[in-house]
Amino acid sequence: MAPTATTPIPRNANAAQTRKRTGFGALLRKNAIFLLMAAPALLLLIVFSYLPMFGVVIAFKDFRAALGIFESPWIGFKNFEFLLRSPTLGRITVNTLFLNSLFIITGTVGAIGLALMLNEVRLKMAARTYQTFVFFPYFISWVIVGYFSFALLNSDNGLLNTTLSRLGLKEVAWYSSPQYWPTILTLTNLWKGVGYGSIIYLAGMLAINTDYYEAAMLDGANKLQQIRYITLPFLVPIMIITTLLAIGRIFFADFGLIYYTTRDNSLLYPTTDVIDTFVFRALRVNADIGMAAAAGLYQSVVGFVLVIASNWLVKRVDPDRALF
Amino acid sequence: MATLTASSPSQYHRRSWLERNGGQLGLHTVLILITILFAVPLLVVVSASFTDEVALAKNGYGLWPSQFSVDAYRYLLLNPDQIIRSYGVTILVTLLGTLGGLLVMTLLAYALARVDFTWRRPISFFVFFTMLFNGGLVPTYILITQYLRLRDTLAVLILPYLVVPWFVFLLRTYFSTLPKEFIESAKIDGANEFQIYARIVLPLSTPALATVGLFLILMFWNDWWLALLYINEASLYPLQYLLFAILRNAEFLSNNANQSAMLGSVVVPLQTIRMAMAIVAMGPVAIAFLALQRYFVRGLTLGGIKGE
Repeated sequence: MAPTATTPIPRNANAAQTRKRTGFGALLRKNAIFLLMAAPALLLLIVFSYLPMFGVVIAFKDFRAALGIFESPWIGFKNFEFLLRSPTLGRITVNTLFLNSLFIITGTVGAIGLALMLNEVRLKMAARTYQTFVFFPYFISWVIVGYFSFALLNSDNGLLNTTLSRLGLKEVAWYSSPQYWPTILTLTNLWKGVGYGSIIYLAGMLAINTDYYEAAMLDGANKLQQIRYITLPFLVPIMIITTLLAIGRIFFADFGLIYYTTRDNSLLYPTTDVIDTFVFRALRVNADIGMAAAAGLYQSVVGFVLVIASNWLVKRVDPDRALF
Repeated sequence: MATLTASSPSQYHRRSWLERNGGQLGLHTVLILITILFAVPLLVVVSASFTDEVALAKNGYGLWPSQFSVDAYRYLLLNPDQIIRSYGVTILVTLLGTLGGLLVMTLLAYALARVDFTWRRPISFFVFFTMLFNGGLVPTYILITQYLRLRDTLAVLILPYLVVPWFVFLLRTYFSTLPKEFIESAKIDGANEFQIYARIVLPLSTPALATVGLFLILMFWNDWWLALLYINEASLYPLQYLLFAILRNAEFLSNNANQSAMLGSVVVPLQTIRMAMAIVAMGPVAIAFLALQRYFVRGLTLGGIKGE
């Protein structure tokens, strides 16, 4: 009874589907409700993501606000010539790549180290408390981080300088000494992100089968050996993937980190000026739209190539983790 | 002899306790030190906000107020207009942005999760491509200020952030793991897609909605970028941007310097006020964070499922 009762239903459904699949109008009618549901989000993407993509033509124009994008005259690669001739292009490129490399290396090492330590803590209550403290900075905006760094670093009465002078050491004018800033920014970045970064490694550690550790202990392996020969090898895939994905974003700096921690101090530009802060300044402070657009397009294009390349590499390591 | 034999097991026991727990003790010591280092910036700002202005200038920032004073907070209480306004702007933007974002993103994710939506692949790519390439700051800025004319509007603080591709895919993945039987049986009962979305899929997806919602709250609450670009009008300053304006420009506060007379003090507590402002702005985030931490952790593992 059961088979005779169930078989006709799919047959009918199939027949109905094949009948419906004739012509674009029918297809549209079938999908109309889904298109309607997707429409608001797609419209927002078109306006705020796709229209600006076409706007990159500004980089090849002598943009005049009064004329608008379409009426402004074409000037070919003039904006890029100005950009290439200015000494800043090299500086912002090097700073962006150098700072991001520092962040990627210290961030990975810090996150793995922290995760290893938290994972070894036997008292789970304590582990959770530590985690709360290191996770906390993740929830604070860069503006407030700017307040924190001001309280620590300002040369009149910041904590670091008062401590230095109490110890009888020489005070440092942090906000006018660019040589210290790669370190300061690296520590700030680590402080803000390492708690968040460790979570993915902690999750990876929880996924490791405990049999490996039991077998290792039977063979007399101590904790460090277990970490060295079991835990770390298991984390390598996650490490490679997160690093490659970060490399895909290496041409984009964290504007908030740089802008607020340095308080946009021009004395620090030699080591802290990055592409994003330069573009922002060219647009908003100097109103040099041509220069800003050229630098922005340079970043978008190189960034795009890097994302594609890193994804290609991720695909070779672990196809399941590739973005596309 | 008797005492020796009696004490030797306990001696053995004691040594083995140290042996077994020595590593743990070292571990806790290191982690406690890290925890303290991580808390120092927060402590310094809190202590500064409770320090007398003159004492702060003289003795500098410390972990403990060198001379306790609540003048900074009293001053903020006497001049609450801008703070209340900015709080209002931020709360409104966060509320509308989070609800609006969840609405448009879940609708899109629902359509993309349905296998019988013919164009789900090209549209997924259309969404995904925005993660790979963007037009950059200049075209976006000109579009928003000159063509859409959204400068100094509430909308400009919300609309550009409503659709986050990463969250769309997180939601899509979550929706597509829901048992198909629920949807099928609802269809047989004659429910349309909107009803299935609202009455079946959304209620079953509360973990994903909570996670995405919290990330949206955090994103809107902490945003200063959109205001930095598009807001000049002080009445539309969100909290984070007000903080920035105060840090950059002390006059922003001393406009109300005549109020200091009310405090019976000669000095407007500018530095300590800034620090008190930072604490006032951070308070709700700190409390919410403590309560909701685990949802953020889960957000990461949800994202991980997508990668696999």
